Amino acid sequence: MKPAFSVIFLTTLIGAGQGLFLALFTAESYAAFGLLSPQPTSFYALGSACALLFLAGGLVASFFHLGRPERAWRAAAQWRTSWLSREVIVLPAFMGTVFLYGAAHGLGVNPALARLPSGAPINLTAVLGAAGTLLAFALYVCTGMVYACLRFLREWHTPLTVINYILLGGASGFAFAALFSAWALPGLTRFYAGWALAIAFIAMVGRVAALVRNARLKPKSTLQSALGIKHPRIVQKAQGAMGGSFNTREFFHGQPDALLSMVKWFFLAFAFIVPMALLSVATVSEAPAPSLTAAFIIQFAGLLAERWFFFAQASHPQNLYYQSVA
Amino acid sequence: MTQLALVIDLNVCVGCHACVTNCKEWNTSGPAGPMVDQNPYDKNPTGTFFNRVQTFEVGEFPNTETVHFPKSCLHCEDPPCVPVCPTGASYKRKEDGIVLVDYDKCIGCKYCSWACPYGAREFDEAQKIMKKCTLCVDRIYDKSMTEEERRPACVRACPTSARLFGDIHDPESEVSRAIREAGGYPLMPEWGTSPANHYLPRRKIKLRIRHDEIERADNPLKIDGLLPKPDKAEPALDDVTSW
Ligand code: SF4
Ligand code: SF4
Repeated sequence: MKPAFSVIFLTTLIGAGQGLFLALFTAESYAAFGLLSPQPTSFYALGSACALLFLAGGLVASFFHLGRPERAWRAAAQWRTSWLSREVIVLPAFMGTVFLYGAAHGLGVNPALARLPSGAPINLTAVLGAAGTLLAFALYVCTGMVYACLRFLREWHTPLTVINYILLGGASGFAFAALFSAWALPGLTRFYAGWALAIAFIAMVGRVAALVRNARLKPKSTLQSALGIKHPRIVQKAQGAMGGSFNTREFFHGQPDALLSMVKWFFLAFAFIVPMALLSVATVSEAPAPSLTAAFIIQFAGLLAERWFFFAQASHPQNLYYQSVA
Repeated sequence: MTQLALVIDLNVCVGCHACVTNCKEWNTSGPAGPMVDQNPYDKNPTGTFFNRVQTFEVGEFPNTETVHFPKSCLHCEDPPCVPVCPTGASYKRKEDGIVLVDYDKCIGCKYCSWACPYGAREFDEAQKIMKKCTLCVDRIYDKSMTEEERRPACVRACPTSARLFGDIHDPESEVSRAIREAGGYPLMPEWGTSPANHYLPRRKIKLRIRHDEIERADNPLKIDGLLPKPDKAEPALDDVTSW
């Protein structure tokens, strides 16, 4: 497939935004159970604003993918069958929840809505945070399933696609949370850096598993099944157009294999190895801000490369009909 | 239930592109708006087509065969392109099984084209929406045309009658009979899309004529006319006896 930059930015940016929100609510949950000292509400409000910026950036990028962005509202119609439609519904719902969560913290409106049998209060932000967490995971699943549900794009048609969308987005979100806390609330930096390190490691395992799986895939469709001619040697002589077509533009990345494998090593280093090293440094360093800044930026560059590779690697069966021009 | 479809005879197609031309002509002049080309008179002309004819060479020289392969939307009975559409612009008609795109609803997200394993959908770069073969839905029900004309433009154009059109759910239709009797097959059956369009395979046409069917065995003198009447005492001219 040809990687579309709109979709690359959409998926990486909202992934980071979701991860950041999950990071915020993780700290709040820890504090609620007394595992961390409570944080000032401004931390959550500002953090939510950052998450919203990521999400809005992704949303804007997604519009560049549409031929008719002015009709985008129609995309909410087919949620019964289409994962893309579900994603279109869940994304604004999640953004709204993040906004309310941040606003409740920012305005200090946080009444106890109920009490646990132990007497501990269930606050408004806890309810909003739990709803946001559910929606964040729902959004990861929708985004992943948009690709994983296409059964003949076999590189994508695996549960690993969804799992990796969760892990990769989570890794960059927690990495940003670590960076953000280094500026806003240094007490939490080590907590987030540790989480980011752990998620980045699991994400690396998941992504390598997907790479290994895809390297062993054998194509199900062949030129023989595409044409219904059972001869081992079939050569295309004409594809019905000399100047290319939508089929040759949309489904081929047009890059040499060498570049693909370069991008693969690049993202393995930049999305996982280097940021993990930097995060480890940050967990022990006295002034972690520079290494956390580098970790987040380098990892984000790595994740952009990862997403490019994710699209480029998928080979569409229609390509069998477009092997040579003349 | 009706399922309209094309059946394309690869044994007959000569790769003349008449169907491509007539398809483009009919559909670009239709009420749905033009199928715009980019650089039509320049280097690298490109544009939207519902139907393309490709050519493949099968076998190794000198034992090769050229196969011309017309390719358009197959109007799958279980079309994977339809459920993925977020807007409902892509749909399959209940009454005749035609898969269509509602050009007024399509947002041009191209997701359906990813979901079609055959590459049958093409994005219109001018109108920014997805397009595909409509089986000439604006022709085949048009009562102002004669019945002969109420067939898809490609079928009408084909000079060798390589394209048949009809209801594959009616066992007595021309297309069903062709599929049944000439070995019609679907493309990429491995994906379970049940394409409605079928293809008829190449066939080796051999005339099996024995020598004695060309030359009369009982005419050894190569003279047509009354046979020489052998004498009663002489042997007969059949296989049992000889001269
Ligand atoms: S050929 Fe492709 S576009 Fe046509 S119905 Fe089948 S899946 Fe959909
Ligand atoms: S390009 Fe149009 S028809 Fe295709 S999935 Fe998107 S909205 Fe539906």
